[in-house]
Amino acid sequence: MLKLKKESLILPSFVLLAIFLPLTESRFYVFMGTDILIMSLFAVSLNLLLGYTGLVSFGQAAYFGIGAYTCALLMKKASVAFPIAFIASAFLGAVSALIIGYFCVRLTKIYFAMLTLAFAQIVWAVAFKWSSLTGGDTGLLGVPFPLYLDSPVRFYYFTLVIVTASIYALWKIVNSPFGRLLVTIRENPERTEFIGVNVRRYQLTAFMIAGFFSGISGALFGVFNHSVFPDYIYWNRSAETLIMVILGGMYNFLGPIMGVAMLLYIRMLVTSYTQYWPLILGLILAILLFFFPTGILGFLQEKFASDKKTVKC
Amino acid sequence: MLIIENLKKTFDGFVAINGVSLSIPKGAISSIIGPNGAGKTTLFNLITGHIPVDQGKLTFKGVDITGLSPDRICRLGIGRSFQRANIFPRLTVLESVQAAVLVHHGMGFNFFKAVKSLFLKETESILKMVGLFDDRDAVSHSLSYGAQKQLELGIALASEPELLLLDEPTAGMSVQETKKTIELIERIVREKGLTLLFTEHDMEVVFSISQRITVLHQGKVIAEGPPDQVKNDPFVQKVYIGESR
Amino acid sequence: MGFPDISILLIQVLSGLTYSMFLFLIASGLSLIFGVLRILNFAHGSFYMLGAYLTYHFVSLFHSTPIHFWIAVIFGSFSVAILGGIIERFLLRRLYLHEQLNQLLFTYALVLLISDLVKIIWGTEQLSVSRPAILKDSIPIFDQFFPLYNLFIILLGPIIAFLFWLILYRTRYGRIIRAGALDRETLGALGVNVNRLFTIVFIIGCWLGGLGGALVSPVTAIVPGMDVHIIINAFIVVVIGGLGSFWGTFLGAVIIGQMISLGILILPKLSIVFIYILMVIVLILRPWGLLGKPLQQ
Repeated sequence: MLKLKKESLILPSFVLLAIFLPLTESRFYVFMGTDILIMSLFAVSLNLLLGYTGLVSFGQAAYFGIGAYTCALLMKKASVAFPIAFIASAFLGAVSALIIGYFCVRLTKIYFAMLTLAFAQIVWAVAFKWSSLTGGDTGLLGVPFPLYLDSPVRFYYFTLVIVTASIYALWKIVNSPFGRLLVTIRENPERTEFIGVNVRRYQLTAFMIAGFFSGISGALFGVFNHSVFPDYIYWNRSAETLIMVILGGMYNFLGPIMGVAMLLYIRMLVTSYTQYWPLILGLILAILLFFFPTGILGFLQEKFASDKKTVKC
Repeated sequence: MLIIENLKKTFDGFVAINGVSLSIPKGAISSIIGPNGAGKTTLFNLITGHIPVDQGKLTFKGVDITGLSPDRICRLGIGRSFQRANIFPRLTVLESVQAAVLVHHGMGFNFFKAVKSLFLKETESILKMVGLFDDRDAVSHSLSYGAQKQLELGIALASEPELLLLDEPTAGMSVQETKKTIELIERIVREKGLTLLFTEHDMEVVFSISQRITVLHQGKVIAEGPPDQVKNDPFVQKVYIGESR
Repeated sequence: MGFPDISILLIQVLSGLTYSMFLFLIASGLSLIFGVLRILNFAHGSFYMLGAYLTYHFVSLFHSTPIHFWIAVIFGSFSVAILGGIIERFLLRRLYLHEQLNQLLFTYALVLLISDLVKIIWGTEQLSVSRPAILKDSIPIFDQFFPLYNLFIILLGPIIAFLFWLILYRTRYGRIIRAGALDRETLGALGVNVNRLFTIVFIIGCWLGGLGGALVSPVTAIVPGMDVHIIINAFIVVVIGGLGSFWGTFLGAVIIGQMISLGILILPKLSIVFIYILMVIVLILRPWGLLGKPLQQ
């Protein structure tokens, strides 16, 4: 938690910026803003696992994709109203996280990571191959805006509300007894077990919560882009989000959001000049790892911290 | 309070515990001693469920705890500190003990209360008891070794155990630190009415506060009883020549 | 759907074995690096790809020389090894005191960098290398033909495996490497220069990956994206065989090779799902693989 005096100004000014963004009348800013909001939610949910619980999951994009496909399919093929489709996406994200997570939390570290990746690849393969349902490689196109949110600006505000509420919920969770125990598990799972905690149950619960919010962000993303593709699930999507979280700082609640904003902005700049975005991304990642291992926010925190005690979650 | 019956444990062909049976009476201070490799820490790990039992039975307060998971055993009332300080590096002292208190009160799956101010009084009283109240905002990994062991004790006590297992509580400590630690432990055991079982290498400590001593050698109990009896046991003396401080 | 006729089946099995040997080369490098350095090298597929591209480069360079293919293979694989050594010594090593995740992410950064570097230098079109003169024919098997080069690979695989087994289990240096995999701290305390051991192991691992790429250049399309394709399969091989287990990697490579080649024959639509499902099953039931030992974390 930032204990800077400036913090009381930074957060509200960003919120104000977010609220008044559409007044710029720029389609581009609204588009970017929606993108950043959605990916921020996804990144914060990923960080619940990574930064707070110490679980490195390489397959979070699976729940993002499941959310996207669920919402889009229900709306397009079954003509379900958006609110119901949306809730279903969140629900399915959580349920699939429960099923997959049940097997994954029985493993540790590298095996856990590999199993999350393997499951995510199966989900991807299903989306890729089951063309009759998902449209396969060509994807699901023509996903409409919901009836009363039928403009980019309206959808932006809707996204702002949903994302803010979700991030607030995650904030409460992280500062609750449950959240404290997640951090305890991250620090020393063996010791946590011996204060009476069934570690796997907590990890699975965190996994489900992350899946729930990933599903929400996926649903929003699919509607926002009017299309859903299998590559929403492919592992480089998970990897890129992981990089965003680490860029911003995984030991800070707001770190992932900063990472998302920075990376999406840089990507937008770079891709307008060159097709070699992976090269730049690789360089950014390498520089981060060597010079800013705690992320940008972590780095700033260490520089401006009033005393040594604030170097933690 | 704790009954161990014919416990056996083998690691890849090496027999670590070879038919250990003993009984820890309630309210007493008991200790387990033995040369390095005798199996003391393994025995603790078996009791607390950290490693599975090959053969034998463990009964605590009349309940069969053989094969139960460590978290269940902790909730049944067994607390433990570890040989190497096993703490939560980046949490503060207060947060570490508070976490254990939370769990003990069943608040673990609460998602929406603000954790910062929960159970502060109780946490602080535990910290005062182990002498860490002034360091409560220090980050755990920055503490000295002795303070980390105090924290270990605090975390173990937060679960309000009835049986406390301490694995070499004074290991690596100076003479003064050892004295302080032992006084602290004795006081806590008295005030809380705990049953204490500990392992140690420091024979002075063992013989000064134990009411019962069990001697372990190569995974077997070779002597058991009050300090004087064990001290004069010829086999024990043979095994220990050169071992005592 | 009729059962495929025996000669086609045999060809598929042999193709599977060929692919298995390439997989084995890459996976063994991956397994070796993981076993000793405890790093899952995502960039291993990239080194494989570089091996292929560099071989193409050296083949063009030495085109007029006889046996130019073999020279190119040697130059190509060793260039990759040297590159790996430089990366480990000057970059990766700085991250050893960091968390494991950082090391993993660095290898991913390498993937990104190398994949684009390859595109910049060689473009995105498919490249190819011709088979060496002595192995350019095909031999008849029943009524089908099977390339001699592929047969050569099938024979070379076990030979390399045996040579490596010999080095790992019958030489002093091999023993040091195996000891490093088990307990690097004790090894350091015994006076072994653990840093240098890590560099050497990383170089050997990269050499194996580069060699795989070099040898595969006449058989497959040299194209960006071959790094991703092979690294996924290599991961699966290593998980199934057992991370850090030598013969496990060999066994895993054979199994996956057959699954892919027979899978294409029998159930082409679902073949990619099969190997992921197998990976999941192994990780759930027996995470340390068929021949690995449970990792003490």
